[in-house]
Amino acid sequence: MTDLSAGLPHAPRSLFEADARTRRRNAAEARFRFYGMAAVAVGILALVFLLVSILGNGLSSFRQTGIELQVTLDAAVLDKAGNRNPEDMKKVTTVGYGKIIGAALVEGLAGAGIDTSALTTKQVSALLSDEAPRRLRDMVLADPSLVGQTVPFRALASGRVDGFLKGRVTMESARLDSNVSPEQLEVVQAMKDHGMLSLAFNPSFFTNADASELRPESAGLGVAMLGSLYMMIIVLVLSLPIGVAASIYLEELAPQNRWTDIIEVNIANLAAVPAIVYGILALALFINFMGLPQSAPVVGGLVLTLMTLPTIIIATRAALKAVPPSIRDAALGVGASRMQTIFHHVLPLAMPGILTGTILGLARALGESAPLLLIGMVAFVKDYPSAPPQGFMEPASALPVQVYQWTQRADPAFVERASGAIIVLLVFLIAMNATAILLRRRFERRW
Amino acid sequence: MNAMQTPVIDAAALKPRIAASGVQVYYGTNHALKDVSVDILDRTTTAFIGPSGCGKSTFLRCLNRMNDTVASARVEGKILLDGQDIYDKRVDPVQLRARIGMVFQKPNPFPKSIYDNVAYGPRIHGLARTRADLDEIVETSLRRAALWNEVKDRLQAPGTGLSGGQQQRLCIARAVATGPEVLLMDEPCSALDPIATAQVEALIDELRERYSVVIVTHSMQQAARVSQKTAFFHLGNLVEYGDTQQIFTNPQDPRTESYITGRIG
Repeated sequence: MTDLSAGLPHAPRSLFEADARTRRRNAAEARFRFYGMAAVAVGILALVFLLVSILGNGLSSFRQTGIELQVTLDAAVLDKAGNRNPEDMKKVTTVGYGKIIGAALVEGLAGAGIDTSALTTKQVSALLSDEAPRRLRDMVLADPSLVGQTVPFRALASGRVDGFLKGRVTMESARLDSNVSPEQLEVVQAMKDHGMLSLAFNPSFFTNADASELRPESAGLGVAMLGSLYMMIIVLVLSLPIGVAASIYLEELAPQNRWTDIIEVNIANLAAVPAIVYGILALALFINFMGLPQSAPVVGGLVLTLMTLPTIIIATRAALKAVPPSIRDAALGVGASRMQTIFHHVLPLAMPGILTGTILGLARALGESAPLLLIGMVAFVKDYPSAPPQGFMEPASALPVQVYQWTQRADPAFVERASGAIIVLLVFLIAMNATAILLRRRFERRW
Repeated sequence: MNAMQTPVIDAAALKPRIAASGVQVYYGTNHALKDVSVDILDRTTTAFIGPSGCGKSTFLRCLNRMNDTVASARVEGKILLDGQDIYDKRVDPVQLRARIGMVFQKPNPFPKSIYDNVAYGPRIHGLARTRADLDEIVETSLRRAALWNEVKDRLQAPGTGLSGGQQQRLCIARAVATGPEVLLMDEPCSALDPIATAQVEALIDELRERYSVVIVTHSMQQAARVSQKTAFFHLGNLVEYGDTQQIFTNPQDPRTESYITGRIG
């Protein structure tokens, strides 16, 4: 036996000074602490970079350039019959309204004393969006009594003009651009100085459908948001009951044997299957075999349900497992049946976990684009689907797919749109996660 | 309350409530309980003692078929409650458990109000037709569990907010509320402090006047204090079963003697 009373070989003489070994250990701890902080900092930096880049690119899509005009609605052009009947007035197409707005713009420029001699008439009216006449036509058809009057009208400016006000289009870039010339931009600058032209909140970004390549200024998220909403409804209605029922059976009722083991392993595997594979499955099963329509929220909802189910089942089983067995014993001990034990005691206690899992699954489904590409939701959808249930079968878009589509387009104005759509998507995701947290808190306080 | 003062039970005077014969329990391939035969008497407290893993809790859980919930468990032999085999195919374990109440080792009140904890059993068994009936059952049960005076002003407070001893008495009230004939207690005091233990023990003595109580305990002093009959289990065997006084003063089997004198277990 060694003589322990001799003490540790490296023992310091004083308590106040650390020996070499202790210093090394402390240094190692400090180093590790630094590595950890560095790792967290990298994560935070990435997040900040993401937010700055998306917000920087996308926030401007919530504002849009408009030109304030006094439009004279000439009765001789717009209502030849003279009876103010919208049915008759529909014969006048947007071309007719385009001429009226063009005239109003020329008049407005002359009134403000802006020199447009360098521009042709066509170049002047090119400052307006093709969307502007359509809006004026809708306004007049909704209220025929306006015909014959001179009304104020905020005409949507073209994408290049909008880009000039937002700094995307410059004199240099205009020199190389076939769609806009530096002379046009000088007129735009003068209009801006006269206050004819300004940026304002852009509600049509949330209400309009997608627009063609040539009209980024009128492209909106309306159809995509509605399509996503329809799909989320389908996913929630299908995946929550199916997922919870499956989890309860597997966790509480099923015998533990080889079959349930195989099912269990495969559910875990399904959660890891790439999303695009679900898209191929949906294409083969729902569209080719079952004959459901392409681009429809019902197909999107079904494929996202299949994708969300494993997530919900895994989360629900974890929540059920976390309920202490003593609660089950207590309920069975007073003579509750298995069903009563589950529905009176276990499920309410597992609810916060189930809800959290479900909402996180939904959030994942909301942001998923790959399977939707394969079932035709990339189609250009111009019209709103009707109200459910009919609307579930009609073509619609979805938020992530809309982002994907816009990033594919050549006009840089769509970069702004895509970033704006990402902001909207992120807001929805944050709202859903916040709901999950709130619900969990609420339930936890109750139990 | 001293075990030595407890009158010796005259086995002939009290009829057996539960008669178990040749009970074998297997967990998978593990033979956990070997050929146990015991008669549990009416209006008597029976204590099961023995070292950990000796099968006493397993046997207790056979008496109200709680072992059914363990997938790998297999029970053989006969357990008769008032002459009827509780493992008969026609017996619904849910109904059986209403007649054989159970109190667990750890107090496990439902995360609901005190009132709902006690009222749950009567509700699911349809024992109360009106709200007043239910109120009465709750009050009686809480009184029987010696808890009424402490909680009568806060019946809507959560049961999990009570102290450990109160929680355990709440669980006893909950078990009593369905009007059982036998009350099984699996180490009911192991999570309690000595004061709460004394309260529960006093309660067991009162409950014995109405029910047949079976208690599993690790504390030999407790077995001596509360029971009239004691069964000693060792390694899955029922070694000795007899009057508590006799087991503790004059054990017949050397293993029993070793255990109660602290040499094994």
